[in-house]
Amino acid sequence: MAAKKRSIWVFGDYRNYFQNRVTLQLISRANDLARAIGAEVCVTVFGHGVDEWVWEYSCHGAHKIYVCDHESLKFYSNDVYIALMEKLVREHEPEILLIGATAFGREFAPRLAKRLGTGLTADCIGLDIGEDGLLVQTAPAFGGNMLTKIVTPVKRPQMATVRPGTFQEIPHDNDAKAEVVHVPLPDDLPKDRITLISSVRQPARGQKLEDAAVVVCGGRGMGSRKKFRNLYELARILGGEVGATRPVVYSKWADEEALVGQADKHIKPKVLISFGISGAIQHTAGIKDAGFIIAVNKNPNAVMMKMADVAIVADASQVCTALIKELKKRIRS
Amino acid sequence: MVKMIVCMKQVPMVSELPWDRKTGLLRREAADGMMNPACKSALEAALRIKEEHGGHITAITMGPPMAREILHEALAMGADRCLMVSDHIMAGADTMATSFTLARAIETYCSDFDLILCGCHTSDSETAQVGPQLAEELDIPSIAMVDDLRLAGRRLRIERVSDHFLETLEMDLPGLVTVTTAHFTPRYIPMAGLQDAFQEPNILTAGAHDLGIEEGQSGIKGSPTQILEVFSSTAGKQNVVMTGAPKKIVEDLFALYEDSIGSVIRKDLKAVK
Repeated sequence: MAAKKRSIWVFGDYRNYFQNRVTLQLISRANDLARAIGAEVCVTVFGHGVDEWVWEYSCHGAHKIYVCDHESLKFYSNDVYIALMEKLVREHEPEILLIGATAFGREFAPRLAKRLGTGLTADCIGLDIGEDGLLVQTAPAFGGNMLTKIVTPVKRPQMATVRPGTFQEIPHDNDAKAEVVHVPLPDDLPKDRITLISSVRQPARGQKLEDAAVVVCGGRGMGSRKKFRNLYELARILGGEVGATRPVVYSKWADEEALVGQADKHIKPKVLISFGISGAIQHTAGIKDAGFIIAVNKNPNAVMMKMADVAIVADASQVCTALIKELKKRIRS
Repeated sequence: MVKMIVCMKQVPMVSELPWDRKTGLLRREAADGMMNPACKSALEAALRIKEEHGGHITAITMGPPMAREILHEALAMGADRCLMVSDHIMAGADTMATSFTLARAIETYCSDFDLILCGCHTSDSETAQVGPQLAEELDIPSIAMVDDLRLAGRRLRIERVSDHFLETLEMDLPGLVTVTTAHFTPRYIPMAGLQDAFQEPNILTAGAHDLGIEEGQSGIKGSPTQILEVFSSTAGKQNVVMTGAPKKIVEDLFALYEDSIGSVIRKDLKAVK
C-alpha cells in the first residue's frame, strides 16, 4: 500500500461563525506549517446543513474537507464528535491536529487527546516547525507572565488548542476549490451522555473595550475616585477606552463593565497605558496581548512596570494630568 | 448520601512572584503555595451539595510533599478525608500522565464515587485539561467550566456560559464537572475546623507502588508532551525607565514615541512650533 500523504488537520468549529474566526486562522497557519513539512491541509466539518461552512473553509485555504452532515450531528456534542473524530484520525493518521481554543474546543480536545493517547498543548499563542520537523507549540502559563515551548516528540497526531486571534486568516478566494470528501455517518456512534436542556445565545454586548486600539487602565494607585475620572478624559482624547482593576471596581471608582482581568475582559490594544497598577496576576492575565505598554507607578519594582515597554516612575495621577495637558496642546483641531 | 471527590492542586501564590532578574525566570521554589482558586470553588460546590443532600467528600491532590498544606486547608473547610498522591516518579507529569495517575488513585481508594469536582483551570499551567482527561480515563461523562450546579436524585443540572451561549445541561451520575469561580465563593475557614485539621488530620498518603503505577507511566517519562523551554513573556520588551517631574517625563515620552503613538490614534502629535 502506498504511503499516506502527510496531512495537517484543523477541526472546523463554525459555531458563532462571524465572531469566531479561529478555524480560518488555523487553516491559514496550517498552510504555513504544511509548506514546511510537505503536507496537505485538511479540515473536518461535523453538523447538519453545513454546506456554507464547507464553502467558507474551501475559500480560505483548505485543501481537503471531510464532511459528515447528518441530523444527529446538529448540536455540538463532545461524546459524538469525539467518537467521529477518533475514527477519522485513526484512519488517516494526520501529523498534526489543530483545534480552536473556544469553550467547546477546550473541552473536546483534552478528551480526544486522551482517547488517542497523544499529547495536547493548551491555548497556544504560537506554532512553528522546529529543525527536527516537530511542531513547536508556544503556550502561556502563570497568567501569561511565562511562555512555554512544548513538543510532542513521539505520539501522533501532535495536538494543540490555539487561542483565537493568534493568526491572520487567508483572504477569501472564491476560486479556491478544496476537495470535499463526504463521510457517511458511522452506525456505531455513541449516544450523548449529556442532555441539552436549553441553549440561549447571549445578547451581543458592546465589545468596545476588548476591541479598542488604545486602552487606559487604572488601579488603586490613581489615589481617589475623583482622580480616576481623569482617565476618562485621557481616553476620550486618545479615542480609547478605560479599563480598571478589581480593587477599583470594588471601590466603585469604575463600573464592572470596565473590569480587565483573568476571569473578566481580555484586552488587546495596540497601546496600553497603565496607571497605578501593581500587576497582580488576576489583572495581568487580561492584558497579556497588549502591544506597546506604558506603565506609571511610584514603585519601580511593580510587576506591571517590568512588563512595560516604558516604565514611568512617578505619581500616576500627576502623569495622567500632565499627559492630558500635553496632548491637548499637540492635537490641533 | 453523595460520595464526592474533589481534585485540587497547589499553585504558587503568584501575585507576588519572585523573579530572577537576570534570567527573567520565576523562582518557583521561592514562591509560597496556595490552593488553586478554582479548586477551592470546586470544594465549595461539593460542600454545598453535602449540606443539602448529605454526603462524604474526599479531597485528592498530586504533587510534591509540600502540597499537603492544601489538604489541611481542605479538611478545615469541611472535607471528610484526604488523599495525598506523591512520588518522585510522578514529577513533571503533563496532563495525560496526571489524569492517568489520578484515575488510578481514585480507582484504588474511592472507586464508588458519585461525583468528581475539579477546578476549571489552574493559575500556573492553565491548561484546563486534567478534568476532562480524568473523566475520559475513568470513562464517565463530564461537563467543563460549570458556573452553577444543582443535584436532584442521581441527576445533576448545570449552568454555564459556553462560547456566548447560556447553556443548561443535565448529566446522570457518576460524572465529573470542572467548576469556575463565578458562583462558588469559598467560605471562611471556621476556627474549630482549623484546629481539627492540624491535630488529627485524616490524610492518607499514596505513592506509585500503592497505585500499581510503574516508572514510565507517570511523571516526565509517562508524558507525551515535552517542555523545551520556559521563558518570561516580557523578554523582548524595551523596558525604558523614565523618572523625574511628570511634565518632563511626558515631554520625554513624546520625544521618543510621538510617531508610534500618533500612528495608532491617527493624529499628528508633533509639538506645535
